[in-house]
Amino acid sequence: MTSIIIIGGGIIGTLIARELAKYQLAVTLIEKEVDVAFGSTKANSGIIHAGYDDQPHTVKAQLCVRGNQLWPILAQQLHIPFTQPGSLVIATSSEDYASLEALLQRGKQNRVPSLQLIDNPRILTRREPHLTPHAIAALYAPTAGFTSPYEAAIAAAENAQANGVRLIRGQPVQRIIIKHGKIAGASTPNGFWPADYIINTAGLNSDTISSLAGISSFSIQPVKGEYLLYDKQVPNIVNHILFPVPTLQTKGIVVTQTVHGNLLVGPTATATLHKHDCATTIAGHQEIITEATKLVPLLNQYPAQTIASFSGIRAEADTKDFIIATYDDPYGFINVAGIKSPGLTAAPAIAQQITTILNDYIGSLKEKERVKLTRTPIPRPQTTVQDTETMKLITNRPRFGHLICRCEHVSEGEVIEAIQRGASTLDGIKYRTRAGMGRCQGGFCTPHLIQVLSHQTGMKVETITKRGGMSHILSSPIKPHWSCEDT
Amino acid sequence: MVKNLDLAVIGSGAAGLAAAVAGATAGIKDVCIFEREAWLGGILPQCIHTGFGVQYFNENLTGPEYITRFTEEVHQLQIPYRLNTLVTHISPSKRITYVNSEEGVTHLQAKAIVLAMGCRERPRGAITIPGDRPAGILTAGTAQRLLDIDGYLPGRRIIILGSGDIGLIMARRFTMEGAIVQAVIEQLPYPGGLRRNIVQCLHDFNIPLLLNHTITAIHGLDRVEHIDIVQLDSQLNPIPNTQRTMACDTLVLSVGLIPENELSYDMQLQMSPSTRGPWINEQCETSKQGVYACGNVVHVNDLVDHVTQSGHIAGKVAAKYLHKETSPPLYHMQLIPNQNIRYLVPHRINYNTPFTLYLRVTHPLRQATITLGNQVIGYRQRVTPSELIPLSVDPTKIIKADSIVAAITGIPDLR
Repeated sequence: MTSIIIIGGGIIGTLIARELAKYQLAVTLIEKEVDVAFGSTKANSGIIHAGYDDQPHTVKAQLCVRGNQLWPILAQQLHIPFTQPGSLVIATSSEDYASLEALLQRGKQNRVPSLQLIDNPRILTRREPHLTPHAIAALYAPTAGFTSPYEAAIAAAENAQANGVRLIRGQPVQRIIIKHGKIAGASTPNGFWPADYIINTAGLNSDTISSLAGISSFSIQPVKGEYLLYDKQVPNIVNHILFPVPTLQTKGIVVTQTVHGNLLVGPTATATLHKHDCATTIAGHQEIITEATKLVPLLNQYPAQTIASFSGIRAEADTKDFIIATYDDPYGFINVAGIKSPGLTAAPAIAQQITTILNDYIGSLKEKERVKLTRTPIPRPQTTVQDTETMKLITNRPRFGHLICRCEHVSEGEVIEAIQRGASTLDGIKYRTRAGMGRCQGGFCTPHLIQVLSHQTGMKVETITKRGGMSHILSSPIKPHWSCEDT
Repeated sequence: MVKNLDLAVIGSGAAGLAAAVAGATAGIKDVCIFEREAWLGGILPQCIHTGFGVQYFNENLTGPEYITRFTEEVHQLQIPYRLNTLVTHISPSKRITYVNSEEGVTHLQAKAIVLAMGCRERPRGAITIPGDRPAGILTAGTAQRLLDIDGYLPGRRIIILGSGDIGLIMARRFTMEGAIVQAVIEQLPYPGGLRRNIVQCLHDFNIPLLLNHTITAIHGLDRVEHIDIVQLDSQLNPIPNTQRTMACDTLVLSVGLIPENELSYDMQLQMSPSTRGPWINEQCETSKQGVYACGNVVHVNDLVDHVTQSGHIAGKVAAKYLHKETSPPLYHMQLIPNQNIRYLVPHRINYNTPFTLYLRVTHPLRQATITLGNQVIGYRQRVTPSELIPLSVDPTKIIKADSIVAAITGIPDLR
């Protein structure tokens, strides 16, 4: 059977793995971090763009619009949160207005459905009561949506595994082995993994991986984006995804409500030298507040209600467009790199395109006889209303009635199931269950999560990490710990 | 069919247990205490230092000793309670929804409710400290739980941001367990915690307290490696060329507590913006009949003794309400603080009985006189924002009006 290695378990790699898992291929997904979605995917806006931003006829433009159409189905199959509130690009000046008209034309060329230029401020105020009074017009794109990128990647990896993909985590690819100009495999500290094809979806490190295969045609220039997240207690003050008029570099600071009900503002766009530089800055914070309040002045009323500031790194290639490329030498190496915004939107379309590419390479790909298209989510008890399903769940599995994250109402049962599904760190649990994502930011649940993780896996408490590596939570027990067996 | 309950007590910390005991002692049989953790006592079981009960019992107890006196009473009075049970919602009509393993999701119609959920710590995201986001950053209360309940040190070289009481207590605990506390950093010119804790926890252990300093960046990829600090001027602006770097593996935040009032919002109680809790009168009555609030859910107290006191009042008043089934119409006089007062509790008064007025100043004052209307109710040589000021008030001496100004006047204490 043809064997394929995908390097990098972000949203691109996991969705490609899920797509390829439908065919009679031996697919291995190798991720250097201890879990999938631990790179750029974990701190992405989550916006599923409509597709009017990108220059017509670019790879980006085509994949974005196609991806946007695929997301609702994908979200349904993977059982991940997805909403489609639509987006508004807000104009506050006549120059802005001209930009909106240009965007509208571009959108039409890109075949974005149902775009509408709203130039009646009264209608705008009705749609967005808290919008700046300076707004004169907006470009409305009803197909713009919102998802949870890390949940999507985790779900895609689970679904891929259910269909036979081998997932290897915590192992960086150190060498790519090429024999007679053809891909032969990759090696990690734990061994050699043979492969006929290697797909490089290593995100921020895709330039390094590419050069391991002898292709150094591009480099990744990390661009940082900072965000601010608000407490759910802040009322829903926006109904759409609100954008300012985009610049050449970025789509600007967005004001939106996440799929989980938190107000989210950001991102900034600052070039950074280090691929690991996820530091937040005072300047970034101020820029977010200044720009966001230009769109929604009411935000000023909630200065003390932020619960987290964080940043993500865009894996932008110096070539500016997406790089989806195959090579004669080494034959079998496929680069999927430089997938910056609208990369999340485009991801499912990219996965389909890779399938087409492989189909051309290998000849007709044969579908497996039985493929699970849907993934069962971790059961989530309804905690404020009585419903029969929750009652059945708690009766059968009582730990789903023990809520250990009080802010997000996450049960011990969900945490245990997240661990059984592969979470081995606190962040891994957090991304799968939301435990620690609420207003106390893990203050109350962290000790519980450590206990459950230790109990479920047998890991010693002091070896438990936030996200692998040396990110230990605790340094040492204060006294030799005795257990029941000792007494 | 939704079951009924006479008195629901939400939370089993010092306030909740005092309320439950007071209610049961006053003859209310159909009581239940709801506790989300696996044991009664709220935060006290992890407060293994002394300093509890000096006023209430005239004894110097540890947190576990203090709260055991109340848990024992709960057992003696056979007051029912539910552990590992989270109250997830309370409707404005006092219908409680709670979740646990044994009963699943359950609704209960309560006649009276005592809110005693306590408070939570302000996380890093609420104060936006710039920098990396590695492991090794945690709040003081979480560190206390990990150390004193679970038995693990969070790190070896620790810096504490904020000089609130829990941070000070933890500075001493870390030191006693062999960790090095490099410094306690406070942006204000005076500490946030009690004087006795500054002396007993920092001075006695030679832990530096850096007033007028703040953190400008956290560094570290996996785990905290070092932090940048800077000195601040009196306007809290950074002073140029005072930046320096301190190596550490752990940053502990003690930057404030927030009353935990999600359920109060659910019930649509009227809230006080200054305390971030429901407004109450001297009887712990909230804006809704039959709903009482006490302890740290109302405002963040310094001393557990005061928390117990308010829980006791809440339980007693709830019992009275249940016995009579109706309450006399409320006539509230609003207390309006002057600009030197950050907040005061109770927010309103009802003239019924003598009561204790608690207030906290906005900045340190010397020779402070406290007045209510035109009546002088207290005098203090020195007051600081870190110390809550309790004052006995006889309401019969106050002239009835819709509102009355509570004022504190004195000389700014710049020392």
